[in-house]
Amino acid sequence: MPLLTQQIQDENDYSLVASLDNVRNLSTVLKAIHFREHATCFATKNGIKVTVENAKCVQANAFIQAGIFQEFTVQEESVTFRINLTVLLDCLSIFGSSPMPGTLTALRMCYQGYGYPLMLFLEEGGVVTVCKINTQEPEETLDFDFCSTNVVNKVILQSEGLREAFSELDMTSEVLQITMSPDKPYFRLSTFGNAGSSHLDYPKDSDLMESFHCNQTQVNRSVLNIEVATDDEDTRFLY
Amino acid sequence: MTSAVLKCCPVDVTVNRSLSTGKLHRVELLLQTKLAPGTLDVLLSKSFLCAPAVGVSNMIAKLAKTCTLRISPDKLNFILSDKLASGGVSMWCELEQENFFSEFQMEGISAANNEIYLELTSENLSRALKTAQNARALKIKLTNKHYPCLTVSIELLSVSSSSRIVTHDIPVKVIPRRLWKDLQEPTVPDSDVSIYLPVLKTMKSVVEKMKNISNHLIIEANLNGELNLKIETELVCVTTHFKDLGNPPLASENASQARNPEQMAEVHIDIRKLLQFLAGQQANPTKAVCNIVNNKIVHFDLLHEDVSLQYFIPALS
Repeated sequence: MPLLTQQIQDENDYSLVASLDNVRNLSTVLKAIHFREHATCFATKNGIKVTVENAKCVQANAFIQAGIFQEFTVQEESVTFRINLTVLLDCLSIFGSSPMPGTLTALRMCYQGYGYPLMLFLEEGGVVTVCKINTQEPEETLDFDFCSTNVVNKVILQSEGLREAFSELDMTSEVLQITMSPDKPYFRLSTFGNAGSSHLDYPKDSDLMESFHCNQTQVNRSVLNIEVATDDEDTRFLY
Repeated sequence: MTSAVLKCCPVDVTVNRSLSTGKLHRVELLLQTKLAPGTLDVLLSKSFLCAPAVGVSNMIAKLAKTCTLRISPDKLNFILSDKLASGGVSMWCELEQENFFSEFQMEGISAANNEIYLELTSENLSRALKTAQNARALKIKLTNKHYPCLTVSIELLSVSSSSRIVTHDIPVKVIPRRLWKDLQEPTVPDSDVSIYLPVLKTMKSVVEKMKNISNHLIIEANLNGELNLKIETELVCVTTHFKDLGNPPLASENASQARNPEQMAEVHIDIRKLLQFLAGQQANPTKAVCNIVNNKIVHFDLLHEDVSLQYFIPALS
């Protein structure tokens, strides 16, 4: 298609070029972290990390590995820009939020470099939509410093079960307490609300438990009014 | 009171009009389904005739909150022409009564002005006709119950083969003769570009998303079968390109030779008006043409089976 081939000829010096046969592989993941208007994109040859932050106390990251893309080129060591995530998601789903069965929307994403807009080319059934989204200065994002050597306990759960659990949490509780232990109860979510305290236990050999590595017992509390978003991929918690 | 009964095949209309006041008391518009009751074939035929009528009323309800129903011996028209109220949008929907009704009887104010103009709330009609989806018989009459009403009587057949009648009284306003001149068929403007529309579902999905980003949209097309929808804000530009759409043959030979086929004709319009139009089309039409007069107006000319619809969206000032 003439529109795209012309574009491709100019792309040799672009900082980032990525192609996806099915745009939903990207939009689903980004929807899961869409709790703020803006996001920071950080691309290396390994893939793209999209970060959304709230008031310097909550951070959500979506990692999309280079292998997910049919084509993925990053010219410099890393490419960073800030972008309006709401607009980006509207563009990625321009042909409709729920696709017709059997149709795929293809995506080509290009970023020429600092100061340039992000270009999206989406194609479905011969119809092409071109989006040009202005980018902004990347902001400092919190570095939670998840250094692997300091990891004491690591649990990977299937998100579906966790999502169900989160939806049943007693919201009159001010805190959510997470207990991880090599002994019973292994993994426990606790709330302390008006009606009393409640505990949700996940045994370490549960079907929902993808992996369970606990070296020592740890109890952590976090404020409960934070929104939690999970996507269709596995949810990771690192402590 | 005079009662004038005019029989014009195969339709009967009874008009009761007071000679002294000239006020219209009663007009009976009888629509009945084709076949005699009692057989399974009849039931199928009846729902076949009623369903398109339901479809048209649903479409009109989505396109215009209030509209004018014009009844003449050959046709029914749904008209939206109140430019001020609709923000400049106008609509002209036409159907030939013989394609819908096996019996159609009407008589207008006089032999010279053999038409009836009624103003009604579109949703009232679509809601009433919804009951008629699988009706045995459907009758619509203009009645006067303290105020003029379109009385829709629907005969339904229940499982036990006994029938029951559901009646809806839809309040209408009879539009006086002196206002009819504002409700005539709009003249189709000489367009710069005429093009066949793409699949409306795709257009609608795209415009729905574009509406989240901008209030205005540019629709542009050329004689090379290309149509684009464009939005532009400080933050983002989005353009959707439709290709290979085909252009209907031009009316005038001179016009087609003069114009560069690549050159786009465009109109800036309110995106919500375009979305309202697209949302009203439930199925893909038999024929769909878009006519653009550069910077002035976009005219959609659709044919859904036996119903023709014209929709005009003016340029933003």
